[in-house]
Amino acid sequence: MSPKTLYDKIWDAHVAHEAEDGTCLLYIDRHLVHEVTSPQAFEGLRMTGRSVRAPDKTIAVPDHNVPTTPGREDPKNMTEDSAIQVAALDKNAKEFGIHYYPVSDVRQGIVHIVGPEQGWTLPGMTVVCGDSHTATHGAFGALAHGIGTSEVEHVLATQTLIQKKSKNMKVEITGKLRPGVTAKDITLSVIGHTGTAGGTGYVIEYCGEAIRDLSMEGRMTVCNMAIEGGARAGLIAPDEKTFEYCKGRPHAPKGAQWEAAMAWWKTLYSDDDAHWDEIITIKGDEIAPVVTWGTSPEDVLPITATVPSADDFDGGKVGAAQRSLDYMGLTPGTPLSEVEIDTVFIGSCTNGRIEDLRAAAEILKGKKKKDGLRAMVVPGSGLVRAQAEEEGLADIFKEAGFEWRLAGCSMCLAMNPDQLKPGERCAATSNRNFEGRQGRGGRTHLMSPAMAAAAAITGKLTDVRELI
Amino acid sequence: MDKFTTLTGIAAPMPLINIDTDMIIPKQFLKTIKRSGLGVNLFDEMRYDDDGKEIPDFVLNKDAYREAEILVAGENFGCGSSREHAPWAIKDFGIRCVIAPSFADIFYNNCFKNGILPIALPQEQVDALMKDAEKGANARMTIDLDAQTVTTSDGESFSFEVDAFKKRCLMEGLDDIGLTMEKAGSIDRFETQAEQARPWV
Repeated sequence: MSPKTLYDKIWDAHVAHEAEDGTCLLYIDRHLVHEVTSPQAFEGLRMTGRSVRAPDKTIAVPDHNVPTTPGREDPKNMTEDSAIQVAALDKNAKEFGIHYYPVSDVRQGIVHIVGPEQGWTLPGMTVVCGDSHTATHGAFGALAHGIGTSEVEHVLATQTLIQKKSKNMKVEITGKLRPGVTAKDITLSVIGHTGTAGGTGYVIEYCGEAIRDLSMEGRMTVCNMAIEGGARAGLIAPDEKTFEYCKGRPHAPKGAQWEAAMAWWKTLYSDDDAHWDEIITIKGDEIAPVVTWGTSPEDVLPITATVPSADDFDGGKVGAAQRSLDYMGLTPGTPLSEVEIDTVFIGSCTNGRIEDLRAAAEILKGKKKKDGLRAMVVPGSGLVRAQAEEEGLADIFKEAGFEWRLAGCSMCLAMNPDQLKPGERCAATSNRNFEGRQGRGGRTHLMSPAMAAAAAITGKLTDVRELI
Repeated sequence: MDKFTTLTGIAAPMPLINIDTDMIIPKQFLKTIKRSGLGVNLFDEMRYDDDGKEIPDFVLNKDAYREAEILVAGENFGCGSSREHAPWAIKDFGIRCVIAPSFADIFYNNCFKNGILPIALPQEQVDALMKDAEKGANARMTIDLDAQTVTTSDGESFSFEVDAFKKRCLMEGLDDIGLTMEKAGSIDRFETQAEQARPWV
């Protein structure tokens, strides 16, 4: 048998039909659904008299547009449009008989945090969702990617997607990370290296010692941002850490089925002589704590650097960099560590898991946020929130002056009332620094939870290594 | 779905790279549960000021381009979120074709589901089309999907690639869910086999 990559193996195990031109129907094992990109798809089913083919493989949770303040179980405490979208999801979940975690359920949270937490996401699966950060689930060695609403409807109706195979890219992070450097710094540094279109047409497999050393939470952070590099999906081969994370989760297999699953999962790795269309190698010990300076996730620099000038770039990037600098209100040559911020946001599907909250709390313990700064922590799920309270992390955040919110996407995409005002500058643990992303005119600097915590204390972008 | 065969129309130039889906349709317009009515908010934050007034410099606010049916843009068009509201807004405005050196994967796929043709061409050819688009309303480009060509107002023609299956769906306005359902037998067989091989799924 010819050697295969991990992607090849998962792909081959899910082809339900292949046409002569290579167009395939890829079978979908898990379909995650949220309130913003699904109403039109369910409406489409109704209009055509179609049903959900595999409701037991379909899991819904409202996250994008829900408030993160108390009392939200009552629709009266939501904005009218949020209440309409959440009510539509309630109705659709009930009518089509799919699994559902309403806002009143402690298990509710960001769809990409709930899936792994509940054991829906398992190695070797195909996972899709009407959200680009579905790439997160690749941390389990699952082929996971975002789809549009028409494709959501296609998966609901047929449990398959029309797909052509992508190319294989290997991104190897060798050696050990230095202190203060995290999974977020890895994933931002990779995008800084490849650009936001560098991964277009590829599925990326992340490997190497620095990736192996990461926890499952860290691996989810890395895969989460594969889409910011343009890749269809990011993957990490499952290992003992993966199996340990999955074991005992509510929807993970048990007993003899667990053993059978393990036997297959252990075959899920790229063969030594598999073919790669592209290989990128980055030394782990050369990665620094980074921040973004511009309005594209590829605008990444070590915190020790200075704001670049448009002249530092070529081609279309010259104009884009100038536009970014104008939008961000930054002057070339300014040390990044002198850039003052107004807001700190810790949360999102990139960095809203328990390990992220621990890392931020570690920096904030016994300290206060700078006066006048607005700071909030939005846990990724109700269960992450409960665990953080049990571990005393919530108290650390509250004592440091942070707002302690309920679970949701919140200020990552700012659909709900958690938004920046024009000109406000935010240290954010989320995934996109696009113009207007966190609110019209808002300025976003992406970074790790520890770096965001450090920025909260000093009121400026800060090298976390000075505080550890 | 609306068919796409040929199109002759005004092309609006947007010489900017990495035009993301937040620029195309900001999140406050994702609160709808419908697919229609988003055209007025296409490129909302670039198109209107804080008071909701048109920003005269923005290309689609210029008289020459208000009726644009084609958009010519920089590389990595449509990067960012999977929101299909982006192609819905483009279509609702009246644009049926976007030409750029490259597209983000999910956006590219979403276009075909909505009767929009995304065309990827080499940078120097996009540069030539951008120049043609800058001539304004009297210069009309022609797209011929069957022949897979874009022709400028001066008659210069460029060939483009498109997946044969996607081309057929667009030309015939096919409902791809219906097409897939014709293969239900294959899906049934796959499910039976997968149930035996991986019963824990």
